[in-house]
Amino acid sequence: MSTLLASVGAAVLGFLAAIGRLALFTGQTISHLVRPPFYGREFGNALLQIGYFSLPVVGLTAFFTGGALALQIYSGGARFSAEAVVPQIVAIGMVRELGPVLVGLMIAARVTSSIAAEIATMKVTEQIDALVTLSTHPMKYLTLPRVLAATLVMPLLVGVGDIIGIYGGFIVGTERLGFNAAAYLQNTADFLEPLDIISSLVKGAVFGFIAALMGCYYGMNSDRGAMGVGRATKSSVVAAAILILTANFLLTEAFFSA
Amino acid sequence: MIELTDVHKSFGTNHVLRGVNLSVPKGESMVVIGGSGTGKSILIKSILGLVTPESGTITLDGRDVNQGDRDAFLARFGMLFQGAALFDSLPVWQNVAFRLLRGSLKKPKSEAREIAVEKLRRVGLTADVADRLPAELSGGMQKRVGLARAIAAEPEIIFFDEPTTGLDPIMAGVINDLIREIVTEMGATAITITHDMTSVRAIADKIAMLHAGKIRWTGPVADMDASTDPYVDQFIHGRAEGPIEAVR
Repeated sequence: MSTLLASVGAAVLGFLAAIGRLALFTGQTISHLVRPPFYGREFGNALLQIGYFSLPVVGLTAFFTGGALALQIYSGGARFSAEAVVPQIVAIGMVRELGPVLVGLMIAARVTSSIAAEIATMKVTEQIDALVTLSTHPMKYLTLPRVLAATLVMPLLVGVGDIIGIYGGFIVGTERLGFNAAAYLQNTADFLEPLDIISSLVKGAVFGFIAALMGCYYGMNSDRGAMGVGRATKSSVVAAAILILTANFLLTEAFFSA
Repeated sequence: MIELTDVHKSFGTNHVLRGVNLSVPKGESMVVIGGSGTGKSILIKSILGLVTPESGTITLDGRDVNQGDRDAFLARFGMLFQGAALFDSLPVWQNVAFRLLRGSLKKPKSEAREIAVEKLRRVGLTADVADRLPAELSGGMQKRVGLARAIAAEPEIIFFDEPTTGLDPIMAGVINDLIREIVTEMGATAITITHDMTSVRAIADKIAMLHAGKIRWTGPVADMDASTDPYVDQFIHGRAEGPIEAVR
């Protein structure tokens, strides 16, 4: 019994210590935002890598999700003669939930894993130590540009994802389900409210922050060797995905609970 | 002068440094020898602040290395890492000129590139290497780029961590000669970590042997072969039998 209690206690302490380390890491990252120097070139590279090069995967994910959503709502709505609500539900579903969450998860898969693997490899090959000896703070040079770029560029990606997702629903709705194109667009535009769009973009910023932060945190704290890099990469994606889904629930609660 | 006094460092239950005392006078080339896993790299990382010792003091010219302006302190150092530790995403010249492209030593890009190409030439690499990525270079070339980066800002103190590990004997000889020449012509203080006895004889003014977390023996390179210390004798002759356990 005492062994069981000891292992539960150790697990709880380990969990709390991990939260503490993550909170410190987050605080340090944010503190570097207001302390020079700022590495503009690394920030520009991160914007390109996280934003521009993620557009194809974001676009394809959103397009097919929007199309599938239209099909599901049409067939589900047919059970109680509500097929006509396809444009409205696709719009609200994409903008409020599926757009930000799917883009967030795709960024976790593509960007978080890439950041974690890159930084972890830099750590095990002593490149992080080399940065320090060259008077360059690794948090400033590696973490801040990536976290800042992801936070700023993710709302744009989510916005693009929302539009392409609605377009996917529009294509399926008009080409497959027989909706009138002008009426579909009118219904979409009429139904969406500014708060829907604001919540979508805010979620994007929060998810971008989480995705990049998790990649940097697990990369910086990687163990040595190939296994260490692999473990850091896997853990970063899992943690980012869970935190994004948790944050999504909390933000939805904050925006729409009233 | 670099001075370490009673420096201790542990990783969990592994007590790596157990009271290291070492002095390296200005302009001297000190080589630290010792078996694998004896804490040689931890020793130089402690001086640079990459690792924080639990106790003891480390001073540079009488000042504690953990106090004062960190950037100014690090600007006095250059370091060649065991695996070169070149930044994969940057071309060779930007690796060499890394310190000259940012921070307090920042220079215009064209001037930094000129210096980088000159340092590459100094370590025997041609200008056409400058625009390649580190992954396109052989191990020996990467080491030489690492050496060029270590000397790019003309530091007063240079650390070399296992400079010849993984290189063929000819390339190892080239690197040893380069290190000796550069340290002599720059008048730099150098600490080299190695267990390659050819490197020791080529690079060292003075030798310190680290064993069981302490400096076991220290003296001029000329006295090494005449040392009566059984640990030094076993190590420099590479014998399996002796006070140093072969299985660690």
